Amino acid sequence: MSIRTNEEALLQQGAPAPAEKTDKKSVSMPVGVPGYTLHDEQRDVLATEPPVWPINQDLKYVGKSHERLDGLAKATGRARYTADMQLPRMLYAKLVDASVPHAKVISVDTSAAESHPGVRGVYVIEHVMGSAVLRDPSLEQTKYPVVRYAGQPVAAVAATTPYAAEEAAALVRVQYEVLPFVVDLDKARAADATLVFPGPADEEGTAGGGGGPHNVPQTGNVHGPAIKKVGDIEQGFKEADVVVEGRYMTQVQTHSALETHGVVADWKPDMLTVWASTQGTSSVREELAGYFRIPMSQVRVITEFMGGGFGAKFGAGNFGVAAAALSKKTGAPVRLMLDRKEEHLSVGNRPSSDQMLRIGAKKDGTITGIHLVSYGTAGCGTGAGCSGPASNLYKYATLHTEENDVFTNAGPGTAMRAPGHPQGAFALEQTIDDLAVKLSMDPIDLRDRIDEHPVRKVERQVVRESDIWKSRNAVAAADHGPVKRGVGLAQSVWYRFVSMNSSAEVRVHRDGSLEVLSGVQDIGSGIRTVMAQIVAEQFGVPPEQISVRVGDTNYPAGPNSGGSVTTLSLTPAVRDAAWQASQKFLADIAPAFGASAGDLEFADGQVRSKSGKLQGVTFRRAAAKMTTDQIAVQSKRVPDYDPGKYLTYGGVDVAEVEVDTEVGRIHVRRVLSVHDCGRPMNPAQVISQINGGVIQGISYTLFENRLLDPDYGLMVNPNLEQYKITGSLETPQIEVNLVEAYIGQSSTDASGIGEAAGVVSIGAAIGNAVYNAIGVRIRQTPMTPAVVLAALNQPASGRLLA
Amino acid sequence: MPDPTKPHPSSPEQDANKPGISRRGFLKGAGLTAAGTALLDGVQAFSREAAAATSTGVTELGPGPVPVKLKVNGKEHAVELEPRTTLADALRIHLGMTGTKVICDRGACSGCTVWLDKMPVNSCMTLAVDTIGREVTTIEGLSAADAEPHPLQTAFVKHDAMQCGFCTPGMVMSCAALLEKNPQPSEQDVRHAISGNLCRCGTYPKVFAATLEAAGNMRRA
Repeated sequence: MSIRTNEEALLQQGAPAPAEKTDKKSVSMPVGVPGYTLHDEQRDVLATEPPVWPINQDLKYVGKSHERLDGLAKATGRARYTADMQLPRMLYAKLVDASVPHAKVISVDTSAAESHPGVRGVYVIEHVMGSAVLRDPSLEQTKYPVVRYAGQPVAAVAATTPYAAEEAAALVRVQYEVLPFVVDLDKARAADATLVFPGPADEEGTAGGGGGPHNVPQTGNVHGPAIKKVGDIEQGFKEADVVVEGRYMTQVQTHSALETHGVVADWKPDMLTVWASTQGTSSVREELAGYFRIPMSQVRVITEFMGGGFGAKFGAGNFGVAAAALSKKTGAPVRLMLDRKEEHLSVGNRPSSDQMLRIGAKKDGTITGIHLVSYGTAGCGTGAGCSGPASNLYKYATLHTEENDVFTNAGPGTAMRAPGHPQGAFALEQTIDDLAVKLSMDPIDLRDRIDEHPVRKVERQVVRESDIWKSRNAVAAADHGPVKRGVGLAQSVWYRFVSMNSSAEVRVHRDGSLEVLSGVQDIGSGIRTVMAQIVAEQFGVPPEQISVRVGDTNYPAGPNSGGSVTTLSLTPAVRDAAWQASQKFLADIAPAFGASAGDLEFADGQVRSKSGKLQGVTFRRAAAKMTTDQIAVQSKRVPDYDPGKYLTYGGVDVAEVEVDTEVGRIHVRRVLSVHDCGRPMNPAQVISQINGGVIQGISYTLFENRLLDPDYGLMVNPNLEQYKITGSLETPQIEVNLVEAYIGQSSTDASGIGEAAGVVSIGAAIGNAVYNAIGVRIRQTPMTPAVVLAALNQPASGRLLA
Repeated sequence: MPDPTKPHPSSPEQDANKPGISRRGFLKGAGLTAAGTALLDGVQAFSREAAAATSTGVTELGPGPVPVKLKVNGKEHAVELEPRTTLADALRIHLGMTGTKVICDRGACSGCTVWLDKMPVNSCMTLAVDTIGREVTTIEGLSAADAEPHPLQTAFVKHDAMQCGFCTPGMVMSCAALLEKNPQPSEQDVRHAISGNLCRCGTYPKVFAATLEAAGNMRRA
């Protein structure tokens, strides 16, 4: 299979280490979906690997919906987030943001701010991170970074109170040489457009993906195309019996995590300690050590709790560098949390898209060609490519995709939950439904013919047998009243990325207590609880008795949490460490019981002998016989057992909508979400993530829109009342059907769910449901009442481009 | 439904013409116009300030820190704060009670929900000085530190009604206020009670389930 360029950076992390000369053993592993396709497959694995786990129903703690270990801390408000940190003498910092969308900064006068009561330091930003960078830096030689979007940070002020910092930030006088700007995609890609950059520029991706292709042409503001070809596309369309096509447009979405980006930085001569609201403690450390040219051993990053990221929170960021610099300057810890407006403007977004998609097919549905040309704006960054679904969901004879980024004077895009995929699937999955209509085929029958993925085949079977799907009227626009009901489905795809930067340590203490440590951060998906479940499974004690320490670079290196890598990357390391520690433990205590280590095993909180020679003793009493206070083992991720296999996973989402044809309102009533993620480690937590993907996807499809004023280049809704996200009243009844899909890839055989969950496919499912309801296709998001009414009022001939 | 023709019970001396109504940003200098005050009619925090001005003539606090006593979770706390300090900041910064979260900082997300005399309010839109003489309840006070958690908190954990957890304290405070008023809510009641509470992780369905179960458990207890 092929993966689009943007994901290649992520795949690199997962490249297997050079083969080490190690003994191997052959094991038999469960593969497939229980009740459908379960069978055994042989794998050659390292001899040191733990025994193969059976499927979830035969495990005690793993695969069960264990309560979140930190649940009560969160429900009682005791959980301390970065925003909650308070250190002695801590200062509060506030950024000074550019008030214009494009300008050269002539001067920054900080004198009034510095003499403001309570102010302890002012820092002028020397280098702006996150935006694309000129290939030839000599094209632009300025004292201060050029402002390319309104809201770009220029300086930061630290003061004794947040109010003093806010006042002082307003006193920093920035003199601009204002330049012409462009914020509209169509204007920006015109031949005579105002230029955002004076020459070609590229953006690096983050640990969460995003960024865009390098080494592509750039004409004016158009960065691209990045072209991918499979076979001869012209031949593909010649062989087609039918062709379906459409132009699809999606808006810019902001991540809108509830805890804004921010840090508390405490610069001491021998150690910079940073509490960060991040998806990657290790990415923050790397960026800070690099920026300030200090050794990684002298940077510590801590994230015990964090309030949401969705792809935008990697690295130190401009605010992180500013806070660290201010802490260094003032000798005091500095807290810098962005405000809500800054969160919308300057720390990432999902780029827009404008896609022309054409699919050619035989009468039986076989796809002869997929042709996609996309434009999108990631502001002054790149990463608007969205050909992933077109490339990776179905089999086709020929493919031609061209992805173009269009620079505009807006905040840079960054990875956002399944980068490029909600956009791409919105077009692809509606076009596939168009194809089904044109061929008079059932949408599931068509997908059965063109989709080879074995798990999605099972998932479609689940959908086929579901009440919601059975309630679908095969004829579009069948309802007679003004409120019309419809049902539609769409499919999802994501990739198995492995971060080899995944390690963990398991400690057994002489009092029988157990501890597991990793630098990984729990971003709300529940890795903390999953780690405890794994150790519990090994030692036969309940998960709540395991002390889990995460979110600290002082612990063994943990993965950055982006691209659905965390669970599938880290859990095998945790299991290996638990297994090795348990074996060391048995060897250590066996002599005290006059037994051989090989005769001892863990069961139901006891250590007992397999031969029955010894009566079982509690784990606690057995631990008392340890010859040292602690037995500790650190393990790192080993490569996947069969790296060429099972590279993608996904799901099928079904939406039931009501369209009020008088006022244009779409209401999503019910959703059925059928998804797989390898072995589900904690089903309740997985279901929570799928609920979230569906709800965020509805939000994207119906409500959210970052609106920029074309005359001023400013965002007009940088808040949470006019930037509308799904609330409780718009949340449908959601049924999640979690499909256990074993793939025999690691000692835990887990996969991720964050990206595949709903967010990729629900937009197209809604689009297909709306078509089923009203017989008109809506090809743009957000599907606001105005958009729906406009589509309904167009003459039938023009409706294809609604 | 309260009778709209009658003054709000917490603001007996409503007078739209009295000056001095302000949120922290306005306190720096500009006051609101009379029309602006009228718009804010019924918002307890604002009208309370008007009430103070009426009964004592003009009361001027600040702009520097002033000593005040705040009653939070049943205890009096003596703190010195600038009059423009919001209740959210007073709780978080001055009292170290960081369970209350600030998310939008303008009354749009309910993340900072606390109770003022048992009524849920946005603490980011309430001045700390406006709560003088009134009872503030925060997430920390919903159950005593050494006591059993509130049944709603237990139900939130059981139903996994949280992901990142940043909206959770506000959700719990809104749902607990609902249960105080309506011990037998329907799912629709829960949806309405948290219609102002935003959750970006998308955990609403489990919040509905947790609240309905807690209601059942509390009735049986």
